[in-house]
Amino acid sequence: MTDILNAIVALSNFVLIPGAAYGAQLALGALGVTLIYGILRFSNFAHGDTMAFGTMATILVTWGLQSMGISFGFLPTALIALPVGIAITGLLLLGTDRAVYRFYRKQKAAPVVLVIVSIGVMFVMNGLVRFIIGVGDVNFADGARFVINARQFREMTGLDEGLAIRSTTLITLITAAIAVALLFWFLNKTRTGKSMRAFSDNEDLALLSGINPERVVAVTWLIVAALATTAGVLYGLDKSFKAFTYFQLLLPIFAAAIVGGLGNPLGAIAGGFVIAFSEVLVTYAWKKVLEYLLPENLEPSSLVQLLSTDYKFAVSFAILIIVLLFKPTGLFKGQSV
Amino acid sequence: MTARGYLLYAGMALLIVLTGFVQGWNLALTILNMGLISAIMSLGVNLQWGFAGLFNVGVMGFVALGGLAAVLVSMPPVAEGWNAGGLRLLGALALGAAILVAAVQVWKRKIGGRMRALVMLALLIGGFFLFRASLDPAVNAIEAINPSLSGYLGGLGLPIIIAWPVGGLLAAGAAWIIGKAALGLRSDYLAIATLGIAEIVIAVLKNEDWLSRGVKNVVGLPRPVPYEVELQRDPGFVEAAAGYGLDPVTASTLWVKILYSGLFAVVLIAILFLAQRALASPWGRMMRAIRDNEVAAAAMGKNVTARHLQVFILGSAVCGIAGAMMTTLDGQLTPGSYQPLRFTFLVWVMVIVGGSGNNYGAVLGGFLIWWLWVMVEPLGLWAMELITSGMSPDSWLRAHLTDSAAQMRLMTMGIILLAVLRFSPKGLMPER
Repeated sequence: MTDILNAIVALSNFVLIPGAAYGAQLALGALGVTLIYGILRFSNFAHGDTMAFGTMATILVTWGLQSMGISFGFLPTALIALPVGIAITGLLLLGTDRAVYRFYRKQKAAPVVLVIVSIGVMFVMNGLVRFIIGVGDVNFADGARFVINARQFREMTGLDEGLAIRSTTLITLITAAIAVALLFWFLNKTRTGKSMRAFSDNEDLALLSGINPERVVAVTWLIVAALATTAGVLYGLDKSFKAFTYFQLLLPIFAAAIVGGLGNPLGAIAGGFVIAFSEVLVTYAWKKVLEYLLPENLEPSSLVQLLSTDYKFAVSFAILIIVLLFKPTGLFKGQSV
Repeated sequence: MTARGYLLYAGMALLIVLTGFVQGWNLALTILNMGLISAIMSLGVNLQWGFAGLFNVGVMGFVALGGLAAVLVSMPPVAEGWNAGGLRLLGALALGAAILVAAVQVWKRKIGGRMRALVMLALLIGGFFLFRASLDPAVNAIEAINPSLSGYLGGLGLPIIIAWPVGGLLAAGAAWIIGKAALGLRSDYLAIATLGIAEIVIAVLKNEDWLSRGVKNVVGLPRPVPYEVELQRDPGFVEAAAGYGLDPVTASTLWVKILYSGLFAVVLIAILFLAQRALASPWGRMMRAIRDNEVAAAAMGKNVTARHLQVFILGSAVCGIAGAMMTTLDGQLTPGSYQPLRFTFLVWVMVIVGGSGNNYGAVLGGFLIWWLWVMVEPLGLWAMELITSGMSPDSWLRAHLTDSAAQMRLMTMGIILLAVLRFSPKGLMPER
């Protein structure tokens, strides 16, 4: 019996809890991609770098607060800085829209042109982030490190396995839940949110019924700024901030959005967790869990790791291909043009 | 080519010559060589985007496969490695391929729905463990042999020039697989799929030490041109160099670079010639017809997906050739140096700036953007020093600005891309 409990604890410690946190971060990122796709109708390649920019803005504000001696008790200071970071990112995105995207929207340019334009924006944002904060690792998490650490847990329960819950993990899950709840409340209950959904479902009908497209687009960019910055800050708190890592997040985020069904917010959340858990499950070394569960003579001698952690991109990619081959509109019905 | 085209090419040549006079001929030739390779990559992307409107953002992966080909063809085989587990490893790979083929065959059978999925799943999962069980011991045996110097299987020990077409073939194979899965769906999906395959190719190169030593890099690839030291020992060469008033060391570095330029120029001209012929042929017209209106082309009886697959494979093969040439020029394969911004998106900037759909434009874009990419760093540093000259020498802002000047590259490229897309969307040399 204790063996089974130990196995469950080991599994939660290394797979379920980190997977859930990573899934929440991906889901927030994928929500941004999917909203832009639904309203502006193109795949935004600059999304990873938008996340990086938002995180950078938040880090700069955090440093400012820290130098003034302001902290958030056991919570990371970055959470106070987050709204400011969101505002800065929102301004940047509105500015980008005004300077770059609006021209092509007026022309009714093909979606693929907008994708190429977003690559240009990606270059500029990436350069901006590297220019301001550099290319190195930045660790900006402060406050309490653990809600409960492995030793405390072992003493509390008397099990051999320790369960460590890092505070950043808990913060990620709670913040993500609040963000998603706010988003869905906004989309389903408010007038602006409803007009956004109408615009996404049928642009012509929405225009006919007097919805102002520029307002819908502006609100979308602001929401995307909030989602991207939150996702980026949570990811940065959990791991660390590095411009290049954020660029690489583009692949799992897109995979999550497509697996869930592009343009469908619920799908983006589901997709985020599907991608995150598959990545963690496939790259986890199962030796420890199996040792508890299997009789002694069957215990594995190797690590029982299906793929090395560097292949995590291959996992998102494989899932993406499977979904594309068998269900191109995604798990939840998304738009397919 | 139009008069404007000749003018632009003359301007480009002038830029390189000026670089030679101002910053030295060694740098000018280095830029020229990478420019030739960039022009070939840019031609490959232009085949896909300019001819057919396919959005491939996995250029890096195809380039890296070309680099792998250079190692597999030219390095001498490691006999101990082959004895330790070479055949076992090949057997394991064949087993893996057989499992995949079997799974596809099962899926193609028209037997009851759920049964078929279950059998395929069981085959894949069981097959994966069987594959790993047969692969891992062989890999461990090979990688255990002298890991600091070899620890891999080596290559075939053939002349490295052969690697160029082989690199194209490897890239074409990868393109076939990815095209089969993602072509025929929406254009964004192809973009994401190619982005993914590029990352996976790099992950394989970084991790599979038995194949290409992973992040330990393969250095000292054989060269298609003589080594500088050999030239310096050759009395005939030293005499000829003295005739031009050059010392043997400078003369030999320049001569080696010129030889490379000659080789690359031959490949570029051959590919450019073929691409121009293809563009003017009925096949090229069909491609453009498909690009401009898929539905109409399909109604005329053209198989759109098959043609897309064809041009996707061709374009990727060209990128693979360029990748093998680049690794030849570097003399080493360093998987850690492949960055998507540099090898995928920069090539896209080349094509868009040069003029998508125009082969001469793509080549010009390759040279021009590569020249800028190299030049922005010294220019940025110079500009930063000018801006900060009024600040006190120990101000943190001044230090930060001069340190960050190296990061100006990406921003400049982005601004160039956005400006071209906005004000001259057809590029420097429009399609017509």
